[in-house]
Amino acid sequence: MPTFFEKKQLVTPGEMLAEGDYLPGENTYVEAGKIYASRIGLVDSDNKKVNVVALRAFYVPKMGDIIIGTVLEVGFNGWTVDIKAPYTAMLRASDVLSRPFKPQSDELSQVLTAGDLIVAKIATFDRAHDPQLTVGEPGLGKITRGQILHVTPTKIPRIIGRKGSMISMIKQETNCQIILGLNGVILVTGKTLDEEVLAISVIRKIEEESHTSGLTDRITQLLKEKKIVKVEENKVE
Amino acid sequence: MNEKPDKLIDKKGIRTDGRKADELRSVKLQVGVLSHADGSAYIEHGKNKILAAAFGPREVHPKHLMQADRMVLKVRYHMAPFSVQERKSPAPSRREVELSKVIKESLEPALFLELYPRTGVDVFIEVLQADGGTRCAAITAAALAIADAGVPMRDLVVGCAAGKIDDTVVLDLYDAEDKLGAADLPVAYMPSLNAITLLQMDGSLEPAEFEKAVGMAIEGCKKIYEMQKEALKTKYMVVKEVEE
Repeated sequence: MPTFFEKKQLVTPGEMLAEGDYLPGENTYVEAGKIYASRIGLVDSDNKKVNVVALRAFYVPKMGDIIIGTVLEVGFNGWTVDIKAPYTAMLRASDVLSRPFKPQSDELSQVLTAGDLIVAKIATFDRAHDPQLTVGEPGLGKITRGQILHVTPTKIPRIIGRKGSMISMIKQETNCQIILGLNGVILVTGKTLDEEVLAISVIRKIEEESHTSGLTDRITQLLKEKKIVKVEENKVE
Repeated sequence: MNEKPDKLIDKKGIRTDGRKADELRSVKLQVGVLSHADGSAYIEHGKNKILAAAFGPREVHPKHLMQADRMVLKVRYHMAPFSVQERKSPAPSRREVELSKVIKESLEPALFLELYPRTGVDVFIEVLQADGGTRCAAITAAALAIADAGVPMRDLVVGCAAGKIDDTVVLDLYDAEDKLGAADLPVAYMPSLNAITLLQMDGSLEPAEFEKAVGMAIEGCKKIYEMQKEALKTKYMVVKEVEE
C-alpha cells in the first residue's frame, strides 16, 4: 500500500498520490484503484485519507455557508446577488421584509439596490437550482461601513486558524470586527482607519504566507511590533 | 524557404532545421502571464508562439448553450493576422473553427464536466506566430491555463505530432516538413492515465509506420509533460519560497 509523496509536496493535476488502502480526500480522485491529484496544491494525509490543499480554486456554494455578496440587480420579487461563485444567488424579498411582501406597495430598490454589499447565508443550493440566500439571522444583512478585501477562498480556513485562534487574535489585537465570507470576501470594520489598515495588512500577510509552519507566531510578533510602534508615535505627539 | 529542398532529411538522418528524426524542437512554457484571466499560459514551441487564457467556471453566455447536467467547455482558437507570412484575415476561418472544436474535444476528457452543471469554462487561444504544429502546442498551453484557473482536472493534456518526411518517420514536424512531407499525425495525450484524447492524420502511412509514429508522438508528449508540470510548479513555487 504505497504512497508516492512527501508531506507538503507540491503536486500538479494528474500526479499519482497513493495506491490501495487509502481514501481520496479533497481535490483528489480515484481511477482504477489509484488516487490522483486534481488540482495544483500541497499533499497531506491524515490517517488513511489523502488530501490536496489547493493553491488555486474557486468557491462552490454550500448550504449554511456565510458569504459576502454584491447585489447585481433588483427584480420583481427579490434581488440577484454576485457571490464570487460559478452561480449567481437569489435573495427573496419576503426573506428581507419582516411582513408579507406586496409588490404594489413595496419598493424593493429602497431596501437594497444594485451595488449594495450584504452578509448572507446560503439557504438552499443543489445541482439543479441556483443558490438561495437568507439574511434572517442576527449578524446578517446590508453592510453599511468597513472595508472589503478579496482572498482565494482556499485561504479562508488558514485565516480562521485552528479553532478560530488566528482570527480571534487579529480581532483582539486590532480592535476590528472581521467577517469572513467563505467565498473569499472579507469585511473589516474598525473604529479608526489605522486599525482597519493594520488588520488588512495582517490578513494579506497570512494569504501570502499560508501553508508555512510557525505562521501564528510570526503574526503574533507582527501585531505586537505594530502596536508598540503606534504607542511610541502617540507619545511623540 | 520557398524552393523545395531535394531532401527533407539527409543520409545522416539530419533534417532541414538540423534536428535528428526523434528530436523535439525547443519548448519554453510559462504559467500565469495574464493578470485579467483566471488562468493563463504562454508556450514557445520552436518558432510557434501561443498564448492561452482560461476563464471560469462561470455562467454560460449565450444562455442557450448552457447544459442542465454538466459544465460546457468553450474554446476559441484564433490566429493573429501577423502570425503567418501572408497576412491572415482576422475573421475566423473554416480551419480555425475546426481546430477550436478539435482542441475542445481533446481537453474535455481531462475535466470533471459533471461536477459543475449549468456553468461554463472559456478558453481563448491566440496564435501570435505559427510554424507548424500549432494545434498541439495550443493544447499544451490551454491545459496549463485551465489548471492555473483552479479547475479540477484528471490530468494535464499534452499535444505533440509525429509524421513522415521523405521515407522516414519523424517527431514534431515544423511548417516546411508539414507542407512538403508525406504525413502529419497530431496526438494529444494524458500521460498519467495513458489515454489519447486526440488522434488525427493527414497524408498516408503504412500500418507499421503509423504505429511507430503514434509511439514516437507519445514519447514526445511525455517529454513535454515534464516541462509542463515544471512550468506549473514554478509559478506556485515562487509563492512557497517567499514563505520560507
